[in-house]
Amino acid sequence: MAPLQIHEPGKTPLPHAKDQVAVGIDLGTTNTLIAVAREGRPEVLRDQNGHALLPSVVAYTPEGILVGKPARHALLDDPHNVVASVKRLMGRGAEDIRAVAGSLPYDIDTPNDDTGDGMVRLKVGGRSLTPVEISAELLRGVAARAETSLGHKVDRAVITVPAHFDDAARAATKDAARLAEIEVLRLVNEPTAAALAYGLEKGAEGIYAVYDFGGGTFDISVLRLQMGVFQVLATGGDAQLGGDDIDHVIAEHFMQERIASLGASTLSAGEARMALMSARLAKECLTTEVTGNWNLDAGGEQSSHDLDRTTMDRLIGPLVERTIDHCRDVLADAEVSSADIKGVVLVGGSTRVPLVARRVAEFFGSIPLVDIDPDEVVALGAALQAEALTVGSDQLLLDVAPLSLGIETMGGLVEKVVRRNTPVPAAQYQEFTTYQDGQTALMIHVLQGERELVDQNRSLARFELTGIPPMVAGAARVRVTFMVDADGLLTVRAEEATTGVQQEVAVKPSYGLNDKTMAAMLRASLENAQGDMAARLLRESKVEAERIALAVDAALVTDGDLLSDDERTVIDGLLAAMRSAVAGEDRDAVEASAAAINQGTSAFAQKRMDRGIRGALTGVSVSHLAETVDSGAKT
Amino acid sequence: MSATQTDGADRAMAGKTSIAQCWSCQGPVAQGQSFCPTCQAIQPPGNPEHFAQLAMEPTFDVDLAQLEQNYFRLQRTFHPDSFAAKSAKEQEFSLRHTTNLNDALKTLKSPVLRAEYLLQMRGAPAAGGPEKTVNDEGILMEAMETREALAEADSPSDVEAIVAVAQAGILDCTTDLSVAFADGDLTAASALTLRLTYLFKLDDEAAQRARILSRSA
Repeated sequence: MAPLQIHEPGKTPLPHAKDQVAVGIDLGTTNTLIAVAREGRPEVLRDQNGHALLPSVVAYTPEGILVGKPARHALLDDPHNVVASVKRLMGRGAEDIRAVAGSLPYDIDTPNDDTGDGMVRLKVGGRSLTPVEISAELLRGVAARAETSLGHKVDRAVITVPAHFDDAARAATKDAARLAEIEVLRLVNEPTAAALAYGLEKGAEGIYAVYDFGGGTFDISVLRLQMGVFQVLATGGDAQLGGDDIDHVIAEHFMQERIASLGASTLSAGEARMALMSARLAKECLTTEVTGNWNLDAGGEQSSHDLDRTTMDRLIGPLVERTIDHCRDVLADAEVSSADIKGVVLVGGSTRVPLVARRVAEFFGSIPLVDIDPDEVVALGAALQAEALTVGSDQLLLDVAPLSLGIETMGGLVEKVVRRNTPVPAAQYQEFTTYQDGQTALMIHVLQGERELVDQNRSLARFELTGIPPMVAGAARVRVTFMVDADGLLTVRAEEATTGVQQEVAVKPSYGLNDKTMAAMLRASLENAQGDMAARLLRESKVEAERIALAVDAALVTDGDLLSDDERTVIDGLLAAMRSAVAGEDRDAVEASAAAINQGTSAFAQKRMDRGIRGALTGVSVSHLAETVDSGAKT
Repeated sequence: MSATQTDGADRAMAGKTSIAQCWSCQGPVAQGQSFCPTCQAIQPPGNPEHFAQLAMEPTFDVDLAQLEQNYFRLQRTFHPDSFAAKSAKEQEFSLRHTTNLNDALKTLKSPVLRAEYLLQMRGAPAAGGPEKTVNDEGILMEAMETREALAEADSPSDVEAIVAVAQAGILDCTTDLSVAFADGDLTAASALTLRLTYLFKLDDEAAQRARILSRSA
């Protein structure tokens, strides 16, 4: 007989599809990766040609949707049907984008009024698509790769996001996964995932910094690693600063040279992309070479450009210094000095630029760690966390809220409710009051960011607390509670204290997809969405039934003596009926059997409660008797 | 702390055992127990006070290493990551437990918040009264002078000198606070808490100033 397994209290694993591993996905600006971990050993999954990186490029061709390398090849020939770097638009509003549209290689669609979600839409291949739908294609692309090598469907994943992603961008990432039919076990911050991969593989202990300079985002996190606990002390960065910006600076330099020799001219979207592509090639080439020559072809005229590393360093210097300024701020927030940092982990393709690595080494006074491939380390960490969440592990990730959260007060000022670097999950409240006599409603405007003025921060949501009884100004007491969960997602609740009028919103509306749009997208993209939904509901019902069965089993072991033989036979019969329902595929039967158990064990539960209360009374003085019984009866 | 929670009456209940019903197996669970003794299901959190929450003695002289150790141990037990594959209800309870843990740690780790919390626990008026107004002239004068010095400081060494003053003050003030709490002198503790608040603020502003100076240098 196999030895009995003893689990920690409350952590008995549920009978989830045990043979189906959960994956880790790094949904990057430039590349997307997928990895799995088994017994603490993570591994990146590769395509048939051995490539780990799936270029984050999607092409919408008349023949169908292409993802990855083939899509990237189409980027030059067919720029109007191809989208790259879509991550930079995640969670952005149409208004945000219009301001920078000129400098982005996208065709922005005028927002469609009847959807009313304010989301950016791109014109691609004759369609109007949101960044969420395009990201979902990337997730489907890597999931398909994983399904080939794992031999089963990928339906649960840890997905990484830049630590500096705001609430809207996080929500958009979750929506993309939902469209791709992947359940998000957790959103994990990219630098935290990288630290996890390093910590576990290298047995690191002490304070470490993770410098994560990717294609479109920059994060710097300071973590303390001790005895399997990965505690983020502080995080900082810029969600709109990445390797793409380096390409831009170099491309602009080329354009200035070109204008000097050939005169001013306007570039088409395709030619602008060519210029960016040349700039990127120059950047990549100059990581190993000290000089090179590139040509730009536009409007039938070719121009030739020499670039050496010293000149490139001068061009991109200001961008690199911005990252160093963030490093300085984060050390201060973490209350450590660079001397306390035991090691700096480099993450992201942009850390391959020699100037970046050199400046990081100078600032932290130590040689950065690059033992794990900077392109793969985030996906490896995500895979480790996916295993931890489904199979269990000794590691523990304690992360923080990267940006302050607050609400608008009088005069367009922001009152912070949750400060940045607060450990999550967190709940904080602040009290506000009315400013006019008889005021019966209060507009709550939720903001994210560090600045003092409303206009300088990101607007996440507005909602109205109504039904406040008329009182003199300042008499109402409205408590606004912010709750940030382990994914870094915010829920806000407002409550008027004297009356208990209450309202709650999961913060999503400003730039998120509403459920109606989401449902329409699901229908449009999946013929079998209905079937998948049914399968998910069946699984949830089974999980619930299994929980009930385990609970009744445990109760029978402890208190079985309270039952007569007949009563016991009835309960055993109900349990057996439920187990056979769980073995089947009929959700109604599973639910009916669960309801029958609940019904059939209520007398048993009453006897157990009576015994528990009698036990508690032993040794309790008579004066407490009444209230103890009372409190037992109320529950 | 969520809006639906009532004032912590848990401490008052200590010593009396009252019985609640497990949401999962419907059996009896003693109030304050986080896991059902019969079916092991996680229970909704009560509203324990911060010291009890982190298994610490309610004193100003908190052993920070012990505090952290307890915090990590309890996070391992309750963290949502340990319940990711469980039912929505269990995930919600885990979330509420860990939210409370984070709230308790934040309060007990900071000397100022810890002192304010202890004062409140012992029924003393909040430092500076409900409006948190400073009516201690000594502190006011000192604050004005140091702020002026800070605004005029234009070299890192000037700022460092102010930081040194602030930090020495924090050390002295914390020692005095510890004595005041040990003696049960809540009036003194209240005044010292106010002073400590000011000193930390000064330290913070000086550090910010130092950063601005080092950046422009």
